[in-house]
Amino acid sequence: MVLAPLVVLVPILAATLLAAASPFAQRGAGLVAVAAALGAAVLTALVLGSSGERGVTWFSGWHPRGGAAIGIDFAPGRIGAGLALFVAVLAVVALIAASRLITVKSLAFDALVLIFVAAMLGFAYSGDLFNLFVFFELMSVTAYVLVGYEVGQRVSLEGSLTFAITNSVGSFLLLFGIGLLYGSSGALNLAQIGRALEHGPVDTAVVVAFALIASGLLVKAAVVPFHLWTADAYAVAPTPVCILLAGAFSELGLFGLFRIYWTAFHGVLGPDDDALRVVLVTAGCLTGVLGAVMCALQHHLKRMLAFATIAQVGLFLLGLALLTADGVAGAAVWVVGDGLVKAALFVIVAIVQHRYDRVTEGALHGRARGLWPLGLLFALGALTIASLPPTGSFLGRSLVEDAALKEPGYAWVPALMALVTALVAGTLLRAGARVFAGWGAPAGDDPLATDDDDETEDERGAPPRSRFILWALATVLLAAAVGWGVVPGLIEAAGRAAGEFTGTQAYAAAVLDGAHRAIAVPELKSPSATGYLYAAASVAGALAVAGAGLAGVGGRMPRGVIAARERLRGLHNGHPTDYVAWLAAGAAVLCGCLALVLQ
Amino acid sequence: MSVLPYLVAVWLLLIGIVGIVTSRHLVHLVLCLSVAQSSTYVLFLAIGYRPGGTAPIFADIPAGTPVVDPVVQALTLTDVVVEATVTAVLLALTVQVAKRFGTVDPNELGAMRG
Repeated sequence: MVLAPLVVLVPILAATLLAAASPFAQRGAGLVAVAAALGAAVLTALVLGSSGERGVTWFSGWHPRGGAAIGIDFAPGRIGAGLALFVAVLAVVALIAASRLITVKSLAFDALVLIFVAAMLGFAYSGDLFNLFVFFELMSVTAYVLVGYEVGQRVSLEGSLTFAITNSVGSFLLLFGIGLLYGSSGALNLAQIGRALEHGPVDTAVVVAFALIASGLLVKAAVVPFHLWTADAYAVAPTPVCILLAGAFSELGLFGLFRIYWTAFHGVLGPDDDALRVVLVTAGCLTGVLGAVMCALQHHLKRMLAFATIAQVGLFLLGLALLTADGVAGAAVWVVGDGLVKAALFVIVAIVQHRYDRVTEGALHGRARGLWPLGLLFALGALTIASLPPTGSFLGRSLVEDAALKEPGYAWVPALMALVTALVAGTLLRAGARVFAGWGAPAGDDPLATDDDDETEDERGAPPRSRFILWALATVLLAAAVGWGVVPGLIEAAGRAAGEFTGTQAYAAAVLDGAHRAIAVPELKSPSATGYLYAAASVAGALAVAGAGLAGVGGRMPRGVIAARERLRGLHNGHPTDYVAWLAAGAAVLCGCLALVLQ
Repeated sequence: MSVLPYLVAVWLLLIGIVGIVTSRHLVHLVLCLSVAQSSTYVLFLAIGYRPGGTAPIFADIPAGTPVVDPVVQALTLTDVVVEATVTAVLLALTVQVAKRFGTVDPNELGAMRG
């Protein structure tokens, strides 16, 4: 199959062309970028269509001999290929949004976005641990630059710097883990590592390698306590970049971790799955709850969406951490549904910000009354996050709920997910009601966020261009998010893909022997009455949270709660040095926990 | 093969992170990142070392001569390139911070927080 390498090659070639032509070309040449992204989307769709057990590409024809990988491979599988298709679609959306939103840009911006996208696609396809790392670094470095693209803005520059410093430390941990793993297994190909470790002991090197690899990837995924950089970076990035970051970047961190787990570590750590599950589920819970609480405390709309992303990542992690094919299938469906909604919400916020030069709830109070249809779209988006049936988020969430109910001892997971989504969606509804309808008491002053420099340069002083494309984009994205839940055959396809993703032996056989092994496909059901019940609870909870927020409930809280709240907010202080300290502590705790439970 | 190189690698990683956490100057911080990164070079080379092994250049050595693992050397070289890119981006951002805001103290960052 020659298609898979083209997926990475096309955007990179287009990016080099654009970068080289940047000084001479007209702005219209930005269409080349959209065309390249579209091309990548078509190619990823073709790869997804043809990816089965035979979807392994060996570069330069270096096929494995006698079970040893000599060359380097792309082995996306259906989950990887599907995620790549989603990334490519988001890239098209982001580049179209960029053509409207960013006026002070050169073609360098488009070129950077394309390289960023190419790296994400390569990351999703790679079957080789070191190549995975190289794509990981490439997407990180381009993301740092893209976040700091508005270099004249203090918050952008700082967000970019904090992002770069924390994520670089995360990369070192990942690379250190890869080194240890190579030392233990003598291989870099994921399938070969899996086979080499399979019958060996669970020794310290393997456990530490897994802990370090997990830490590195969880930094990217923004899981507590590695999440501190995320809001600073996502809140200040240009909107097109936000779409890619919130929709795919964090999720790719989780994908990477579980791809590595299922291919390389499951063989050796599989017997300890129960212990591992406890650790990962705990991390997912913490992330979901903390993200939702922090989201509720925000006034800055983009920062609010950033924390919403963190909370959602925690929920995806809950699904994946169950370490079953059911959980993977649910999370996969949910990631796509949620990514589409968040892209739509970011576009809506950008339209408002574009028009009124402000992006906080307080400053925008009632100002956007004239844009009430947009307010309705925003509310629909918020309710989708609360998994209003029949959206894709609802389907994904009910699949994860079913997966949790199948695991003994995890029956409380659906309730927690309902709580987190209610809080996040309620906060968004509250903000939307304030901004688009002027309802409720004005948001109080936010002592920590200044409103002076919240307008960003891309939107400031922009000529009054037609915003039709942006409105259309938001509508289409929301329609897609709703429609995703009713795609016929989606449940079966997700189940098959998840069975393949979690089939360690079948993956190794397909990659190393070119052989076809049967995989265990999980039996997934359409949402049951319980699923609808939890969704109703979520939506009702969201409305209650929004109502309480608008009515000013909680204005007078006990001193202890206020102190705890201020302490929590104080942790997100924008100092990269403190963030790295938390990161190192988190990695140490993760190493310690895993060493304890996996011995 | 002694454990010394591994201890050196762990030491470099830890001292680099300590340096980052306690840093009061962005250039110092970026250099501490490089120190932490160099731990991976040491780790890789230690993993690939074979007692008595020579350089893995097969043009002029008889077949069967023990050589050190060439894969880790390729990884280290790639790693150096990646690190150079990251350092360049970080230093460029540092220059911008210094130029525009007249500070290089990472603890003075945090215009957006909470």
